[in-house]
Amino acid sequence: MKEAATTSPFLTYILALPEILLVVGAMILLMVGAFRGERSANAISWAAVVLLLLAAVFVLLLPAKGKVLFDGAFIVDSFGRFMKVLTLIGSAAAIVMSFDYMRRARLEKFEYPILILLATAGMMMMISANDLIALYLGLEVQSLALYVIAAFRTDSVRSSEAGLKYFVLGALSSGMLLYGCSLIYGFTGTTGFPGIAAAATLGQTNLGLIFGLVFFLAGLAFKVSAVPFHMWTPDVYEGAPTPVTAFFAAAPKVAAMAMFLRAVLSAFPEITPQWQQIVVFISIASMILGAFAAIGQTDIKRLMAYSSIGHMGFALVGLAAGNAAGAQAVIIYLTIYLVMNLGVFACILSMRRSDGMVEDIDELAGLSRNNPMMAFLLAMLLFSLAGIPPLAGFFAKFYVFLAAINAGLYTLAVIGVLSSVVGAYYYLRIVKIMYFDEPAEEFEAMPGKLQAILGVSGALVTLYFFYPAPLVSAASAAAKSLF
Amino acid sequence: MIVADAFFYLFATVCVGAGLMVISARNPVHAVLFLILAFVNSAGLFILLGAEFLALILIVVYVGAVAVLFLFVVMMLDVDFAELRAGFIAYLPVGALIGIVLLIELILVLGAWVITPEVAAHVTTPTPPPAEVSNTQALGQVLYTKYVYFFEAAGIVLLIAMIGAIVLTLHHKEGVKRQNIADQVARRPEDAIEVRHVEPGQGL
Amino acid sequence: MAEFFWAYVWPVLVIAAHSVLLLVVLLVLIAFLLLADRKIWAAVQLRRGPNVVGPFGLLQSFADLLKFVLKEPVIPAGANKGVFLLAPLVSAVLALSAWAVIPVSPGWAVANINVGILYVFAISSLEVYGVIMGGWASNSKYPFLGALRSAAQMVSYEVSIGFVIITVLLCVGSLNLTDIVLAQQGSLGMFNWFWLPLFPLFIIFFVSALAETNRPPFDLPEAESELVAGFMVEYSSTPYLLFMLGEYVAIVLMCALTTILFLGGWLPPFDIAPFNWLPGVFWFVFKVVFVFFMFAMVKAIVPRYRYDQLMRLGWKVFLPLSLFMIVAVASVLHFFDLAP
Repeated sequence: MKEAATTSPFLTYILALPEILLVVGAMILLMVGAFRGERSANAISWAAVVLLLLAAVFVLLLPAKGKVLFDGAFIVDSFGRFMKVLTLIGSAAAIVMSFDYMRRARLEKFEYPILILLATAGMMMMISANDLIALYLGLEVQSLALYVIAAFRTDSVRSSEAGLKYFVLGALSSGMLLYGCSLIYGFTGTTGFPGIAAAATLGQTNLGLIFGLVFFLAGLAFKVSAVPFHMWTPDVYEGAPTPVTAFFAAAPKVAAMAMFLRAVLSAFPEITPQWQQIVVFISIASMILGAFAAIGQTDIKRLMAYSSIGHMGFALVGLAAGNAAGAQAVIIYLTIYLVMNLGVFACILSMRRSDGMVEDIDELAGLSRNNPMMAFLLAMLLFSLAGIPPLAGFFAKFYVFLAAINAGLYTLAVIGVLSSVVGAYYYLRIVKIMYFDEPAEEFEAMPGKLQAILGVSGALVTLYFFYPAPLVSAASAAAKSLF
Repeated sequence: MIVADAFFYLFATVCVGAGLMVISARNPVHAVLFLILAFVNSAGLFILLGAEFLALILIVVYVGAVAVLFLFVVMMLDVDFAELRAGFIAYLPVGALIGIVLLIELILVLGAWVITPEVAAHVTTPTPPPAEVSNTQALGQVLYTKYVYFFEAAGIVLLIAMIGAIVLTLHHKEGVKRQNIADQVARRPEDAIEVRHVEPGQGL
Repeated sequence: MAEFFWAYVWPVLVIAAHSVLLLVVLLVLIAFLLLADRKIWAAVQLRRGPNVVGPFGLLQSFADLLKFVLKEPVIPAGANKGVFLLAPLVSAVLALSAWAVIPVSPGWAVANINVGILYVFAISSLEVYGVIMGGWASNSKYPFLGALRSAAQMVSYEVSIGFVIITVLLCVGSLNLTDIVLAQQGSLGMFNWFWLPLFPLFIIFFVSALAETNRPPFDLPEAESELVAGFMVEYSSTPYLLFMLGEYVAIVLMCALTTILFLGGWLPPFDIAPFNWLPGVFWFVFKVVFVFFMFAMVKAIVPRYRYDQLMRLGWKVFLPLSLFMIVAVASVLHFFDLAP
């Protein structure tokens, strides 16, 4: 970890400008909403999208060299820069995708984009956290906003159930995380990551620190929904309103994984063997469960929940490698995962007939004849999720397995490949339903905003192999700043 | 020091006893009242540690505000304790297991902390030394400077909690009449009263 | 043994003596303030008020005391007995214990602690428990409604009281009550006291103090025309006396707090010949009685608020106003470099 000089107050606020912009912007929009009422919901949503994109621009303008702010609690570096842009894009896309659904479901409340803004600010705080307290507070800012939007559909029992379940289990995991943090603090005497890294050396690891680390990792694993802390994911994904699910599957996952990466790599670099075995275990468990549990699902949102559990398992393979190549692979994986998921959810959000939304996989039957373009792009995305060459998803998996093999984790890589083969089955089943089954009733025309997102996502995934260099080199630069 | 020790044991014993009563009291309102007793005794412990600011803030915030609302809710709920108790027995083994695991860990950890000298060396010293400034001042000096980021982040957490509570529970009903005090005050007699001269025996 | 006596027992005895003295003076004062309250109320309504016991009815409060003590306490069959009896005790004891830190003259306080104002605020935030416990333990509709109203009301107005206190503390730079009074000393005499520079906050504090002590026009917890007597319906004899006592001690405490925060405590109005001959304690009591007179006049003149109006006033008027004042006062202190 690079030691950066303390920065002047003015520079501090410049470097934290993206976060400040989001939070202050959210408060201003909140006041506008409170005084203008529900009529302003649409305008506030667009304003939120603009704010998110503006914040992304500011993030890109920040210096890539590591700078530590707020007495070591907050770090601005190229890893954070990359991940923040990713989450900001994910959040902005989630808001754009929500317009039509919210209008049809009569859920046009101005609080929705505001909560997404605040959640995104929390994610950026998580990504930049260089201190246990900063990490926890960022996590709570994000999680609390997510609990609320999971239960956003107050007239639906399932949505309320999803929110409640998420809240109770999330509070439990926060408890574990805090328990771990307090043990780590007790045995290292500091909450800052550099200080912990200096104190936690292989020579003098003791039991208390290891216990703290285990609880800490358990809390983090919950947030990325890795097995055995995944139980909430299918229910929450199924119960929450679909645009909210689309949001959950994208930006928060990226942010939580980025936080996981920074926390273990910069706070515990000296005791890699201690956390490596835990990460290997949860990675294997997540990949296997993601592959097998998804097979029997009929609800596409539930299926995507298991799919995301599996994908987090694959991403953790890169982390288990514990080196710069592994981190680079995780970063690439998350980028591609985000793009694929946004595309798939754009399709799920357009599964609408005149009598409302449908979520059953069989409803997709014969999509190739009703809407060939959507069917083709969805098929491409699903092939990519399954990891079939030459689509982007294949490269994502390729990098993480390569990193694992180079780090000598052969078993992990082999299990990963096998489970991705099993996982391919349920993705291909959807493709088969779309192309070879008797056509079901036609969906309503896909709204323009969803078309745009699906188009961009499909194009990126399909054409990635022509020009992978920018992503690879950006990810490499980002990964280097962690070491 | 003997008096301070005596007070420590008094507060600590009452605090632990009240804590036990919180989970074993049959009446939920009594449980909350015992919780309040536990809070007040913890405040006493804080005072013995010389942290009078924290002690009084604990009372103002937890006893004066949080527990009042808690009591408010518990009094209005009709909790069926027989039903709760059935669940209590069923989950007792799991709960006890987790409790024992945590206890063993705490013992291991604290044991290591006491025994291992290099770990004890990590224990940070309070800044600044308590003899020089009162602890209200000491907190004020760092809260808005060194820890301003955490302070603001905690503020955002509370803001989100507030937005969440409102958005999930507030439903605007149609057709509810609301009082608008500004309108009432702005209303002049001329708008509401009309003076007519009525001839006797004629009517209007 | 002698060492132990001088180190521990003697200070305790001194404190006990101080406390007893304070209590006796306070309770006698309250007996007459209670009478004054009724007399003022009567005078506004063109009645004569209590005038039978003693000359001008001066001994009325003592007659009431005897009556309450000698009557039989009635405990309703369905009541939760322990909590029912605990409630008036909590109410009276908390109200009295807050007086421990009130300085009536330089150095005249049982305990001169450096977080005095916070202590008073903490204790006054606990006073709601007497009401809630009493209302709940009575196991009856009206008391319960009164208790619920009171809980909401006191928690709401505590917020603005807290902000007002914070603003005053910004101008003082200390949480010690003696320091707060001394900070108001100046060449302009009574125009140096905080009531003038912080006039809006003085008004907010005064009104919030009415609400915090359940005084009319905010006496919704006991609103006799709708809830009979609110949380006190089921109480009689000594428990009732304790409730009444607690209520009046809390009212006088709020008067004393207004005096300390805004009216210069024991300071004379002008530091010149006739005024500064009188001892500080006289001025303190004089100001407390003056504020109490204002309380009594409000009770006699202003009609009771409706519940939603009460909540509106607390949350939509006082809270934003007091928050704004904190920002404004802090900015002025910072930019004109006046902060202590």
